[in-house]
This record gives sequence, structure tokens and C-alpha cells, in this order.
Amino acid sequence: MSKKQYWKGLEELEPSSAYKAQIADEFREDLPVLDMSGIEEATTSRRDFLKYLGFSTVAATIAASCEMPVRNAIPYAIKPENVTPGVPLMYASTYVDGGESVPVLVRTREGRPIKIEGNRDSSLTQGATTARIQASVLNLYDATRLKFPTINQKESTWEAVDKMVGDALTGMGGAPVYILTSSMNSVTSAMAVAQFTQKYPNTKHVMYDAISYSGMLDANLSSFGSRAIPAYRFDNAKVIVSLGADFLGTWISPEIYAKQYSKGRKLNAKNIAMSKHIQVEGMMSLTGSSADERYTCKPSEFGAIAVAILNALNGGSSNLSGNLNTAVKKIAASLNANKGAALVVCGSNDKNVQTIVNAINANIGALGTTMTFATTNNTKKGSDTDMNAFADALKSGSVGGVMCFDCNPAYDSIHAAVIKEKLASLKLSVSFNDRNDETSKLCKVAAPSHHWLESWGDAEPHTGYFSLMQPTISPLFKTRPWEESLLKWSGDTTSHYDFVKNYWMGKLGGQAAYDATLQKGIIEPETMTMAGASFAGNIADASAKCSAIKSSAKEIVMYEKVGIGRGAAWSNNPWLQELPDPISKCTWDNYVLMSPNTAKANGAEHTDLNEVNRFKKVFKVKANGSELSLPVLVLPGMHDDVIAVALGYGRDKTVGKAAAETGKNAYTMLAKNADGNIQYASAVEMTATSETYELAITQTHHTFEAKRPILYEFTLDQFKKEPAALYEERKAHLSHFTHSFDDEQGGHDAHAPKADAHAAKTDAHATPHAEAETDWQEAFRENGTLYPNHEPLGLKWGMSIDLSSCIGCGACTIACQAENNVSVVGKKQVLLAHDMHWLRIDRYFAGDPSKPDSIQTLFQPMLCQHCDNAPCENVCPVNATNHSNEGINQMAYNRCIGTRYCANNCPYKVRRFNWRDWNEADCFDDNVYEDGRRDDLNNDITRMVLNPDVTVRSRGVMEKCSFCVQRLQGAKATAKKQGRTLGDGEATTACQQSCPTNAIEFGNVNDKASAIYKLRYEEQKERVFHVLEDLHTLPNVNYLSKIRNTDVLQSVNPENAGHEAGAKPHA
Amino acid sequence: MLSYILRMAKEIKGIILLVAILVLQSFNSIAAPDGKALFQANCAACHNPLKDATGPALQGISGRAPSKEWIYSWIKNSGNVISSGDKYANEIFLKWNKSAMTAFPSLKNEDIDSIISYVENFKAPSSVAAAPGAATSATPKGDNTLLYTILTIVLLLIIMVLASVNKVLSRAANAKEGVPSPKDVPFFRNKVVIALLATMIFVGFGVWLTQGAEFGRQKNYMPKQPIFYSHKVHAGVNQVNCLYCHSGAEKGRHAMIPSTTVCMNCHKQINEYTGAEANPLVDLEGNTIDGTAEIKKLYDYAGWDPAKKDYRRNADGSIAAKPTEWVKIHNLPDHVYFNHSLHTVSGKIACQRCHGGIQEMDEVYQFADLSMGWCINCHRETKVQFADNNYYSIFQKYHDEIKSGKRADVKVSDIGGLECQKCHY
Repeated sequence: MSKKQYWKGLEELEPSSAYKAQIADEFREDLPVLDMSGIEEATTSRRDFLKYLGFSTVAATIAASCEMPVRNAIPYAIKPENVTPGVPLMYASTYVDGGESVPVLVRTREGRPIKIEGNRDSSLTQGATTARIQASVLNLYDATRLKFPTINQKESTWEAVDKMVGDALTGMGGAPVYILTSSMNSVTSAMAVAQFTQKYPNTKHVMYDAISYSGMLDANLSSFGSRAIPAYRFDNAKVIVSLGADFLGTWISPEIYAKQYSKGRKLNAKNIAMSKHIQVEGMMSLTGSSADERYTCKPSEFGAIAVAILNALNGGSSNLSGNLNTAVKKIAASLNANKGAALVVCGSNDKNVQTIVNAINANIGALGTTMTFATTNNTKKGSDTDMNAFADALKSGSVGGVMCFDCNPAYDSIHAAVIKEKLASLKLSVSFNDRNDETSKLCKVAAPSHHWLESWGDAEPHTGYFSLMQPTISPLFKTRPWEESLLKWSGDTTSHYDFVKNYWMGKLGGQAAYDATLQKGIIEPETMTMAGASFAGNIADASAKCSAIKSSAKEIVMYEKVGIGRGAAWSNNPWLQELPDPISKCTWDNYVLMSPNTAKANGAEHTDLNEVNRFKKVFKVKANGSELSLPVLVLPGMHDDVIAVALGYGRDKTVGKAAAETGKNAYTMLAKNADGNIQYASAVEMTATSETYELAITQTHHTFEAKRPILYEFTLDQFKKEPAALYEERKAHLSHFTHSFDDEQGGHDAHAPKADAHAAKTDAHATPHAEAETDWQEAFRENGTLYPNHEPLGLKWGMSIDLSSCIGCGACTIACQAENNVSVVGKKQVLLAHDMHWLRIDRYFAGDPSKPDSIQTLFQPMLCQHCDNAPCENVCPVNATNHSNEGINQMAYNRCIGTRYCANNCPYKVRRFNWRDWNEADCFDDNVYEDGRRDDLNNDITRMVLNPDVTVRSRGVMEKCSFCVQRLQGAKATAKKQGRTLGDGEATTACQQSCPTNAIEFGNVNDKASAIYKLRYEEQKERVFHVLEDLHTLPNVNYLSKIRNTDVLQSVNPENAGHEAGAKPHA
Repeated sequence: MLSYILRMAKEIKGIILLVAILVLQSFNSIAAPDGKALFQANCAACHNPLKDATGPALQGISGRAPSKEWIYSWIKNSGNVISSGDKYANEIFLKWNKSAMTAFPSLKNEDIDSIISYVENFKAPSSVAAAPGAATSATPKGDNTLLYTILTIVLLLIIMVLASVNKVLSRAANAKEGVPSPKDVPFFRNKVVIALLATMIFVGFGVWLTQGAEFGRQKNYMPKQPIFYSHKVHAGVNQVNCLYCHSGAEKGRHAMIPSTTVCMNCHKQINEYTGAEANPLVDLEGNTIDGTAEIKKLYDYAGWDPAKKDYRRNADGSIAAKPTEWVKIHNLPDHVYFNHSLHTVSGKIACQRCHGGIQEMDEVYQFADLSMGWCINCHRETKVQFADNNYYSIFQKYHDEIKSGKRADVKVSDIGGLECQKCHY
């Protein structure tokens, strides 16, 4: 259709014969029957086989008892107030993980939470969630959680624990007790710590973060007098520059930043304005893949780049060369042109680099406009200095006791070795962690605390923005809130519930106010306080130190994955383990990311071995005295001298089945710099080995051929110049099929429509009446097929996905999994392309893989398109999939016999077949698929996460996106029972609800007042397109074209024009 | 089979009764207020005519109370009477541990009069006479199956004997007259017999196959429950509203079996079954059930101590109740989504449409076969509450058709009631 060229992976760009053979079939492996060599010589003839089959069928029928099992219906003995079985209840609470605190709503069914949704009342998050927030409900039901307190790894009682800890504390003899936690912003937790400290004055509270922001906090202290992270306002910024900060994926508060970021980038033909996002980074991050312009550098160069930008802003010149010089000039020019509406963020944990970044922000007037210290972000407070001092004290033997909450220093701290060595010899060591992880194992006492879904509490993620936490289930195990343990040990027998309640009752003034606040979940000021601040940092010193940072030939980046993050309990979350990483699309492992050039230079070039086959070459990677052997994953967009390894893997066996034996622990390669701050990049040596390792990468699993009208992308300038280009292109293209076969001879003849198309093109700038606009679409709908057209009736569901807003974060994928009981299949089955995600996010690259700066990335969430003229429906021999009058492509599982014709005929490749019994949904015993790492999903506790409104599918059944029909039916039922029409926005899908960037809109297209109708036919009609529209599948899902605020689109860049599919591999 | 016939008889009886009740009720509405009904609806939860319960025994009230006007104002709002300083009122208030009586401002004076007259004329049911009466009426009729079987066999034997006698005789006659007898064909070579047998097997197999589709269906399923709970006594005789116990039916997916605390709302007072004479409880095997003993079973589940009139408590102070393990009668497969509230609230379907004459069942059985065909059939035939419910205003096409007279009504199937994902997702 156009010259544009996108590719999902290197294998598609330069297809080998193996790859071509692989994608030729919808289902990868041959049918097992074809493997049975010698079937022709078998002694049993076909007739015999049929005889046996007939006999056994009849015999089984006769032998089978036709008696129904006796089932019981057991009502509540005492029914809790408000609970009506079958009716979900929503509770406002707060998601907490290592300082990250997000107001959420928890949907419960009969007293068990099953789904997390964002709290839309919060002005900060506005309902945004991340993949981890969506998946956190599964952590609650993790069977590996500690089920009782232990002393010396043996089951114990709380009384015994209290006695033992009490004795140890009184016998401490003045030696200090350290309370180690990750960042903490709960008022009541701090009060509990304070109360404990009052009783034992030698207590020291050390906060540290596995992913440290200490350098930034220290820099902010010296620059602005506040050791805090400012509140950022990406929505106020017209220019956003990020030096290695993955603020959409993992950096500080990605859910808030993604929401703000997307707000500045929503545009339509009438209001063409969007922010410009420039990313400079070493590896390919989620944020980098969304950037308008992206430059690559070594992580050691961030300091020099920051200094150069600052100099350029002041009119100086930079000593950088090549692409970085261009980058600096461009960045400085953009920043200068947008003073007071620009923001620079940096992911470095080096105090000096951050000081320079602060100077830049002060220079461009960011303070008080796009960032402020008047409201601070309290989610990260950790101090590397304190942690280093603790390690020194531990080494010198002056520590009396250690208590750890929500942190795992024996695993994720740079002092892990010291801690492992000394922890056991301390008088007292307590772990409040939820499982017997690397640290708990070494502690004398494990006093497991509640999961946040079981707990009372509060958080203050931003100054003045409070969020209350209330339990949504009674504790599953014999756990106790860690605050209650601290209180008890300090001699206060107040329960944690009373402790929290007393504080908030006093603060809010009574029961009624407390109840009302609990119900709402949040306390927020009307508007965010924004104020400027004067920069007082030492630029000369900082820039001298920045310039002194040494570069190495090869550098490694240790990064957080969007799914697994710092590790913690997430490592044992099968949903997150199987979530394809947004960029690498790999599941279940960590690996070395490497650019194609580097891979080639090291003997891991693009060959069948490395790309098509699952076996990847293993490299030995050595940094800071630690050596890991990891498989290589070749990723375009990586700087040629930079490799990257994800943190959070290589966990201990006791962490859980899913975590064990997954990847390698990259925390061991971390080191601190001269200021004592942990550095997440360093020099590296790597050597190829002859070994290989299987990686389960999903990118080309459910693939459809490129070079078809799947994606549309424009630069901002193109869109400004010709907003209706896409609209006219569609109109011209589809007008071939808008004539009835009857109304004019040769309507489908090539001549007449061409004239039409021409007429349409010359008409491009005129904006005809809205009614007339839809005419050709209606005509195409009616005349593009021989099938009868269905009149609209009542409701008609439609979805729109904005490719410009989508950042590929994967929150929707996990939300869909939680809502729809989507199965986890395990690594072995992912390798066989049996992954079950109903919503996959296709990643497309454009550009030259040998030039990392040229790579542009697009994400396209792909789910069932609910075609009105669905190819899958026609081929089902048992009519198990068919169409509803609301436009939903329905799937009746109980009718499906598993021929898989539908999946074969689906042009979008969105149907998933249950090859195994993943969830004991089968009626046969002992038939469930077992894999080892995913099996914990099927125990009685973890199965509580299943949504009772959605069938758990069994083996041999096809499934796919249902538009969350249970949610739609629920919303309809509410409206119907109240005797009113269904309001716009009442029925939401899980993916739409979870999206942090509001990329997904959903609603009733028949309602002309609905958001989806207005978007499709009025506000965004110029950007609307359907994937593979010319097939006349009439999808009910549309996409909005991607608008990139850049000069050149790599997909149409003549420099890269040689990349036609089938072209020779690049030199 | 026999039980089935019995049940059929019951059903017919139920329909007749239902009609009778309806007819009677239409008469009643013209007459004076029904004291018994009013008493049961408003007072019985706390009062017994003869015994002290939560509130005092009511018989003799007209003698005890200062005046009729006093009774009216007390019932309408006892709090006002007490705060006015009325001596008698305050005495009672103190005597009953300062537990205030619920106010009934909606009761009219004539309503109260009829309640009083019912209470004053109430006589304790004579429980002595009830038991034997129930026993006789419940004695099963003699079973004649055996007799009929023997009779059939005897008759068949006679037919066979007579046939062979006939054959021998005709053969003898033929021999005498010199006519050759037809060749003797054994019955298994007899074409007529073979044809008959083949037809029978074919038809029989067909019937068996068709019924095979009904595997897993449980029409008329009537399991024995842990407590002999009679819907007839509760919903039928005492007219307890279905939704009082099955409160989920209008709220959500499940109608809900009530928790024992709901039972105890009434059964704190009602600790014996007094209707044995009028409504003897008899199970399917013909055993007489002692209603009072069944209430005792409830107390065990609910953790209620009838002697102390209080709940037994666990160590942590919670009520020592344990849930009743009822046998589930209406079972739908896991892949079926059925929502009670949509049918009762927006569909305005009566419970009896699917559950049968539940108010006539001592023990509940499954009335409908709950097959998909049965569901679909109803969706084809049932009209949507189209005009009354604003939800349906979006179906412009149908509204236009109704206006123009092209369409008489809208059936559930017209708005997608037959689509897979209405019930399967």
C-alpha cells in the first residue's frame, strides 16, 4: 500500500529459509500423527481401528455411570453485611511495593480480591496502573508465602517469637538494632518505627532501594536544599529530554508519568500540537522506544552530555562528536526555544550528573512549571550512604540486630556478600518479608507481614496526597503486620487496625469522616502546589567530576524489566514471568541484550541459529569481579558498545517455583562510585562460549505478514500539512469496492473506481459534511461483500486504540489475563508458540539495524478485532464462533471441538488454542499439564484468583478476546435493572481500564453522543484506520495512526529502502 | 414411576389450590382486614398470642391495657407513649429490659382492632390429636405391582398354552382330513417375529439415544436435605415472601440460600411446629416428620441455645454457628452464566415459572429440566418488558415497528436472547 517498511524482528527483515518455513504455518509443529513412521505397515488396519473405536465407545457408554454427583450448596452461617454472593464489591485501597504507592480499587468476589483497577478519583494517577499493579493480586495468593512465623527456619507461634525477640532486645547491651526497609512513606508505619525507637533508643532506621535514587536525592539536597524527588509535570512540558531515565517503564513513578506524558501528546486534526520527546540512552528502553528522537551513547557519557547541554544552553560549545554532538545541539535548541515548558530527567545514580541536570532544569525554567519541590514525590527515599555505613558497622561487628521489611539485602544490595556472611552471627535477626527469601533464610526469626491486600495502612506518595489502605480479604495465613510486631515489641499491645484507625480518626475528626475517606481511598489537595526553587549547586565541581568519568570499550547496563522490576516477590509471579518484555519480547529469563553489530563481531550474528532457532549463544559477561553466563538476545537500537542485563533474576529456590532457576542474578555485578552511590552501568568484558541456551521469545509467534496495511505513521509536520492523508488514502483505496455489483455494469472494473479515487484525492482539503463522510464507509460495508448486511440494532461495541499514545507497557496484557483467567503455559510451551495471551502487543521496528540511532519503534496492541464479516466464523464446522447483534465475535467454548480452522483463517492471528489442560478445567483427573515453574498456579490458594464470571477453559478449546463480555453484561444488567439507558463509559474493558495513557477507548458506536462515536467519526476521523481493512473483515476495533514529532520516518527513509523483505543481509 | 405419579397428582392438586387461593383472596380483599394475616406479617416475629417471646404474650391485651386508644398509639409509636411519661408504658418498658418495640405508623385503627380480635380469640392448637391424624393420612396405599405382574405372567402363560393347544388341534384336524400341515417354523425364523423385534430394537435404541442427550439432567431431582425444610409451610401456609430468604434473587446472579441467622430472625420465637394437624409433614417414603425436631436441628446449626434464648459463643466471642450443607438441586454446568436478578427484576418473571409451585412443595424437587432447549424456548416465547423499561429505548427500530403496527411485541430472542455469549462466557 505504501513504501513504508516495518519489521518485527531481524528475522523478518532478512528472512532466512528456516524463518520462512516457520511462518508458513499457523501452527508450528507437525501433527503428531505424521511423526508415526511406519503407520502404513501397521498390522492394525483402518477397519480394525474403527471396530475397536466403536466397541470402546459403546463399552464406555455402558460402563460409565450416568449418576450425577451430589453437589452441596453451603450458605454463609452468618452472612457478612454487604456481601451478596455473585455481586462484586469494590474497595478503595493502596498498592504498595518498595515505596511505590498507588491508589487503587480492588474488586472482590465473596471476600476474595480478584482484580485491581486504578482509582480514577486520584488526580495524580487518574486510574493509571502498571503491569505489576495488575499482577499484584496474584502475589497475594502465592503459595510460597510464609504461612506462619518461624524461628531458626522451624514453624513457631507469635507468642514464642514475641518472647524470643523481646529477650534478645533487652539483652542487646547497647548494641544498635538496624531496621532496614525499602523507601517508606506511610505515616503510621513511621510512627510505629518511632515508637520502637523510643523504647530502644539505639535503633537505626535505614532505608535503601534496590534500584537506588540516592545520587539524585543527594544532588537535589545540594542543589535545592531538599533531599527529595520533585513532583514532575510531564504534561506541562513541550520538550522532554531524558538521559537514560526510563520514566514510562520503571523510573520512580511510571504510572503517573505515563499519564502526564500521554496528556501532552494527544492530538487531532483540529488541534495539532504535541510535546517533543528526545531520549539519549545506551540500551533500548521502553521510554526510548516511544521517543520522537533517540540517540545512543555509553552510560559513562551521560555526565559529559549533561555538561555539554548545559554549556550549549549558555552559548558554549561541546567537545562531543558525531551523533552526540548533533543530539546536544538539537536538545539545547529545543530547550532554549521552550523555556518554562521543558524538562530534563536523568536516570543516572551519580550525584554529579544529577547536579548538572538540576542546573539545566534551573536554566530552562523547569522549576515551578514542569517540576517542583513544593510538592515532593516520596516514593524513593533510600540512602546509599546509610547502607554503606550499615555494611561497615556489620563488618566491624558493632551491630546488635537487624530487622528487614520489604527489602532483601542478602540478594539485591551491593553488600549482599557481607550481609550473608554476618547476618547469621548476630544476636537478633528478623525478617518481615513475605517469603523465605535470600534474607529471611539467614534470619533467626521470620515474622511475615501481611500482603497489602490483607492489611490496613496508609501512604503519602506525594506530599499532601494521602492514600488509605484497607484489607479486602482476611489474612490467608498466620501473618501479622510488621508495624504490629514493632509495637508489640516496644510494649504497646494496640492492634495495627486500632493504631491506624486512631491516627486517622484523630486526623480526620471522627468516625464518619474516617469512613467516608476510607470509601474514597484518598485525601488530596485541590491543586498541586507548584513553586520555583533557586539552584545552589556547585556546577564547576560537578562538571569537573562528570568530565572525569572514564569510559570503557564495552559497558554494561543493569536495568529493571517492566514486569519483574527489582525482583522481590515479582520474580515468583508467573503472570509477569510470562509477560513478554515490551522490547525484547522474551519471557521467563534474563539475557544479554546486544546490538546486531556487536553480536556479529562476537560470533553471534544473525543466523538461523541465533534468530529463528530458540537456541541462543551463551556469553560469559564479567563486570566488577562477577561473572555470569547468559544467552545473547540481539536487539536493534542498542548502542554498539553497550550490553544490558536485567536485574531481579537468579533467585533462590525458596523464593518459589516460578522464580527458581530463572536467569542469573545481575545484582552481583553492581558497584558503587567514589560518592558511595550504586552504579547501574560499568565496564564489562565478554567472551563467547560454545554453549547455547533456549530463550522463549514471542515476537514472531502469532505473526502476520508485514508489507500489508497494518500500520500508519506520520511525522507531526506531515500530519499538519495534510491531516486527511490517511483518510483520503483509505477512501481512494476502498472506493474500488463501494459499488454494488448490481447498480452499474463493471462496478468492480478497474476504470470507474480509479476515476473516483482521483476525484477523492483532488478533493483532499475540502472537509465535507460529517454525514457524507461516513457514506463511502457504509457503501464499502454493504457492497464490499456478497453476504447480507446486518442492520444496526441497540448496542454496537467498538474499540479504538491510539498508536500515538500506546507506550507498549503491557499493563493491558496483564489486566486481560487477570480479568479473563488467561492461562500461563510455562516456558516450554511458550517455546512451542502455545502462549495464551488474548492481547499481545506487537513490536515493530523501522530503520537500519546497523545504525542504532535510526531505530524507530512502534507498538500495536493486537487483540480480536471482532470483525463484522469475520473470516473465522465462516469456517467453524460447529458454529462455535459466531456474531452477536452487539458486534461481538462470540466464542462458545462448550461447543468448540478444536478443529482450529478459525485460527487458521484469522488474518490477525489473535485466536489461542488450549493445547493442554492448564488449569484443571478438564473433566479428567490427572490430566493437568505440569511444567514445574508454572505449576503453583493450580493449587487451592492460587486458584482463588480466578474470576468466577469467566469460564476456565479446558484442553482442546479455542479462545480469544471477548471484549470482556462479562463486564459489558454486568454494566448492561445494572442499567436494565434500574430501567435506564446504558451510559457512555459505564461498560469498560479490562485493557481500557488499566491503560496508563488512555490509548484505548471503548463504547457503543450506535450512540452518537458516545466518546467512541465522536472519536471515530468526528474528532479523530483523519487518523482512524482498521488493520487489513481491504479484506472487508469490517473490524470493530480501529486504530489511530502514530504521529511522531520528528523530521524523518525511518520506515520511509530512502536510506533504508534496501530493506525489502527478502533483500540481502546488511553489510 | 410411582413417585412420579404421586408428584403429578400433587402438581394437579397444587394448581387447584392455587386457583382456590386466588379466588379466596379476591373475596378477602373486600372484607374486613384479616387479623391473622396482619398478625403474621407484622407481629409474629416478636409476639406469640399465648407465650412471652421477645415481647409479651398478647392474649388478654384488651383487658390489661389502659384503653383502646392507648393500644393504638403504643403500636403506632411506643417511644412517644413512653416519653410522654405514661406510667403503664414505662412499666412495660422497664419490665422488657428497655427494648423498644418497632413502630408501625402505617397500621390503621381497624387493622389493629382485627389483630386484637384475632389474638383474643386465638386457641392453642391441640397437638394431641394431630399426630395420629397425620399418621393415618400418610399411610401409603397398598402396592399392586406384584399382583399385576403375576396376573400378566399367568395370562401370558394361558395365551401360550392356548396357542399350542390350538396348533395341536388344527394339526390333528388337518391330519384327519388329509390336508398337509404347514411346515413348522421355529419362532426365531418367523419373519413376523423378526420384523417386530427389529422394529422394537430400532425404536428402543432411538429412544435411548434421545434420552442420552439428557445425561446430567435432573428433572424431578428431590434429594434428602439435612433439615426437612418445608417450602409449603413457609411460603405457602405462612406466606413468607420468597425474597425474604432468597434476598439475592433481585440483587445478583445467585438467589442465595439464606444463612442461619436469617432463619433465626423468626425462629428465635417459633421453636415448635404447630401446624402438624393442618399440614402434616411427610417425606417421600411416607415417614412423618416432627417439625419441632427439625427446628431443633436448625438451632444446632445456628448455635442457638433455646433454653437460654441466646447464641452459644466461640472463645473469641463470635456466634458458634456452622453452615448447613444443603444438597444443591438446581445445578447448571460451569460454562453457563445465569443471573437471577435479570430474570426477576428486569424480566419480571415469577419464581414459579422455573421453580414450579414451590409454595406447595414440602421437599423441593427440580421442576424444570434446566436444559438449554428449555431456556431457549422460553427466550423465544417471552416478551421483553419493552415499553416499561427505559433501557430498551435504544432499540429504535423496534419502537418504530411497534408504532407503525408492524410488530406486536419484542421477544427476548429479538434482542439477542439466543446468542451464545448471553449465557456462555
